[in-house]
Amino acid sequence: MSAPPTFLGLSVPGIESRSSSRMLLWLAVCLTITMLLTGASLIVGTSSIETSLGWLFAPDAQSSIILWQIRLPRTVGAWFAGALLGLAGAVAQGVFRNRLADPYLLGTASGAALGVTISLLAADTSIAGLAWAGKLGVTAAACIGACAAIALTIMLSRGVLQTANLLLAGIVVAFLLSAVTSLLLLTKPEIWRTMQVFLLGSTGYLSWTSACLLGAVFLICFVPAALLARGLDALSLGEDTAQSLGLSLPMLRLALLGVLSLATATAVGQVGIVGFVGLVAPHLVRETVSVNHRQLLIGAPLCGGALLQAADLVSRWIIRPAELPVGAVTACVGGAYLVFLLWRKSRDE
Amino acid sequence: MFCGSSSAAALAIGILWALGAAAAHADATESLRDDAQRDVAFDHPPQRIITLLPSLTETVCAIGACDRLVATDRYSQWPPQVRSLPKAGGLDDAEVELIVALKPDLVLVSRSQRITDRLAALGIPSFALQTDRYGDIAHTVATIGAILGLKQEAGRLNESIAAGVDRIGAQALLRRHGAEPSVYFEVDRAPYAAGAASFIGELLTRLGARNIVGADLGAFPKLNPEYVVRYNPDVIFISPKDAPALAERPGWDQIRAVKEHRLCSFSSEVDDTIVRPGPRVADGMRAIDDCLARVAP
Repeated sequence: MSAPPTFLGLSVPGIESRSSSRMLLWLAVCLTITMLLTGASLIVGTSSIETSLGWLFAPDAQSSIILWQIRLPRTVGAWFAGALLGLAGAVAQGVFRNRLADPYLLGTASGAALGVTISLLAADTSIAGLAWAGKLGVTAAACIGACAAIALTIMLSRGVLQTANLLLAGIVVAFLLSAVTSLLLLTKPEIWRTMQVFLLGSTGYLSWTSACLLGAVFLICFVPAALLARGLDALSLGEDTAQSLGLSLPMLRLALLGVLSLATATAVGQVGIVGFVGLVAPHLVRETVSVNHRQLLIGAPLCGGALLQAADLVSRWIIRPAELPVGAVTACVGGAYLVFLLWRKSRDE
Repeated sequence: MFCGSSSAAALAIGILWALGAAAAHADATESLRDDAQRDVAFDHPPQRIITLLPSLTETVCAIGACDRLVATDRYSQWPPQVRSLPKAGGLDDAEVELIVALKPDLVLVSRSQRITDRLAALGIPSFALQTDRYGDIAHTVATIGAILGLKQEAGRLNESIAAGVDRIGAQALLRRHGAEPSVYFEVDRAPYAAGAASFIGELLTRLGARNIVGADLGAFPKLNPEYVVRYNPDVIFISPKDAPALAERPGWDQIRAVKEHRLCSFSSEVDDTIVRPGPRVADGMRAIDDCLARVAP
């Protein structure tokens, strides 16, 4: 009798070996694409490909900085940010039992935008009480704003037990915080350009420090999420069934929402609001292989990482040496993909 | 008969007088085409003016018509006497109700403003002027002079602006002995840069500086940050807020300007003279030149 197939030490019992083999093949393809994109990222930038290849084989001091201090950390950071969004998307869709759920559902994007707005306004203010906010910088302010929004959502929904309440509270918080952000922006329209870059996402300033932080948070989020995958499987059968299997639903939801919040807040803090990656990555996994939640929680980050890496490459290649906002690229690709899904669904019906 | 003749003569004189007055009135009406390609007629020089762009406020005051302003946009802070005037909103959120209440006989606006149509519907005359480049300044000054009946004052202002700009440019070129410091002018941390095609880029060129962001990239392109590392400028112009964190950007600590601390930052008051194409262009140019003289290699 053969042992159940495994990947990264995680056994996948109950899945037919053919399906598992297909999943392993899918993961291998995804990893290969990631490697290729990482390689491509070293030769795509403000210089021509020939020049970049020349730098790789005969680097001088300046080209070494561009290759190893700018391009490589940027693509590694983009991968981890995409992976966090992919993981958060898979968790959100599992917790809310809705395949249209995305990581920003709890108001994180609006909270992060408000945090950044306050930080930018405070940088110029002479009000002593706000000076600390100005010193936070965009990254920390976005992270704090996202966490505060999630806390507000959970408070408004009076806990994490009622899915409908959580969703409704998330929508209310998102609208409320967006309105406050708009009002604040009216008082100082000159910060609009900085806000626009944050709202459309940017991977331009990802350093090794940012990449390491994103990587560490990814590990911190991935391990508990993978351990709770069986809980998500049970939850997908319905809350009553999950409880009848002996699961503590409040603890499960709280832990999963903690993972979702930390992953989204960190990604938003580092790369701004990048849309569609968290929504599309789990869909892409489900579309190509039949998976349970443990496999989805491995596949969605890999897919999300590769997606954001590819979008980053496109954003810096298409109008080089200028660049497009990476969120605009993901929105175009993700939007087109969702339209394709809708078209296919209506055709099949 | 006599009575009839005198009545006819009086009638004829009356008609001639009326025709003459009408002709004189027609002569006084001047029609000018604005930068939105609309023909705007003026039968008398406007006396109650609202400006909705700081450079237009500055131009009106510089040709000696500051006392005709009844309101400005919220960003107009120069000359100091306009600070106490009512503020009629911003570029795209002008306060129409306030404008109507002030009964202006002219509102000076920028071409891109949606307010033009709204004002036309309310019967308030407006005139659009687009001032994006150095070359537009002389046109704007001359046009405002013609509208306000201050053509001579406008001519003198244009001569003074051109003389100031030429003098500062010539002094800068002479001092540098042909050396061209390479410069990067950041308008936002994204990073958005002022390219050679922008108004700021024109000032830098006149001062003999070489902008690392060429005209082919547009006026204010959003750059890939590695571009600045690759072109390694001698001097960086950056806002005072962002200057301290410049070395924290990946690879930027190796840029010559950052390593040798060749940075130029300006207060918001000075910054206004650099970013606004208006009558204070020479002041802005002098501020840039003073900094280049201080920090450029």
